[in-house]
Amino acid sequence: MFALQRFPFTPALELRREMDRLLNTFLPEMFEPAGGAYPALNVWEDGERLVAEAEVPGLALSDLEILVRGNELTIQGARKGANGEDAVYHRRERGTGEFVRHLTLPTEIDADKVEATLKDGVLTIVLPKSEQARARRITVKSN
Amino acid sequence: MNHETQSECKLTTTSAEPERTRGGRTYVPAVDILEQGDELLLRADVPGARADDIDIQYERGTLTIAARVAPRGDPHRTWVLREYGVGDFVRTFQVGEGIDAQKISAEVRDGVLTLHLPKAESARTRKITVRGG
Repeated sequence: MFALQRFPFTPALELRREMDRLLNTFLPEMFEPAGGAYPALNVWEDGERLVAEAEVPGLALSDLEILVRGNELTIQGARKGANGEDAVYHRRERGTGEFVRHLTLPTEIDADKVEATLKDGVLTIVLPKSEQARARRITVKSN
Repeated sequence: MNHETQSECKLTTTSAEPERTRGGRTYVPAVDILEQGDELLLRADVPGARADDIDIQYERGTLTIAARVAPRGDPHRTWVLREYGVGDFVRTFQVGEGIDAQKISAEVRDGVLTLHLPKAESARTRKITVRGG
């Protein structure tokens, strides 16, 4: 189980993020590792919305739950092992089990308008910015 | 059971750098290798890749899987959080002689590539019936 709180908005961290943003302009392949948290997330701004993306290969829609409240995004679910009980592992790098990720976004989100899609193991969550802050459960839809 | 034959029936990862066919950063996909019944299964996480994007090559005991993944989104977007990169997945493996390389098959679903590597007849475990005299 992972619970990771991101973006505490202290001035020092704000400055660091701004530096990172500037550096990213010159070094586009610079990453902040997820530190073992699953799934790793990429989040970016796209005008009046934020977009969060995660690689979740092998997961079905029913394995995922996405919750948005105010500026908090939670992605939780479980990755099941796809193999029979008689399987003998020679190598096992792909994790299984339950996961939870919490993310504090830089702006409030209109939870009613959040849309999530899952395609080829890539989860994309579109998060329209809003002043509102109310809890809602988001249905993941396939395209 | 013939242990010598059984030990050849395996798939091992290799650190050998595969040839790159185009520019850009490549990533090593996480894999599971497991033995199930009369075959070895190789599962590799290749999120973003579809069947048409995947090349699998077998040559003289070396198996290479390569999945092309197209960039997603505007490269000049404003990042809020960036924890992973998007690019091609490439990984090579050494295939033991106990594998029938001609019968390797593969499928991809939800970003997971599964290869079936059937054991060669000689490497299969057989139950020998002992007849009474």
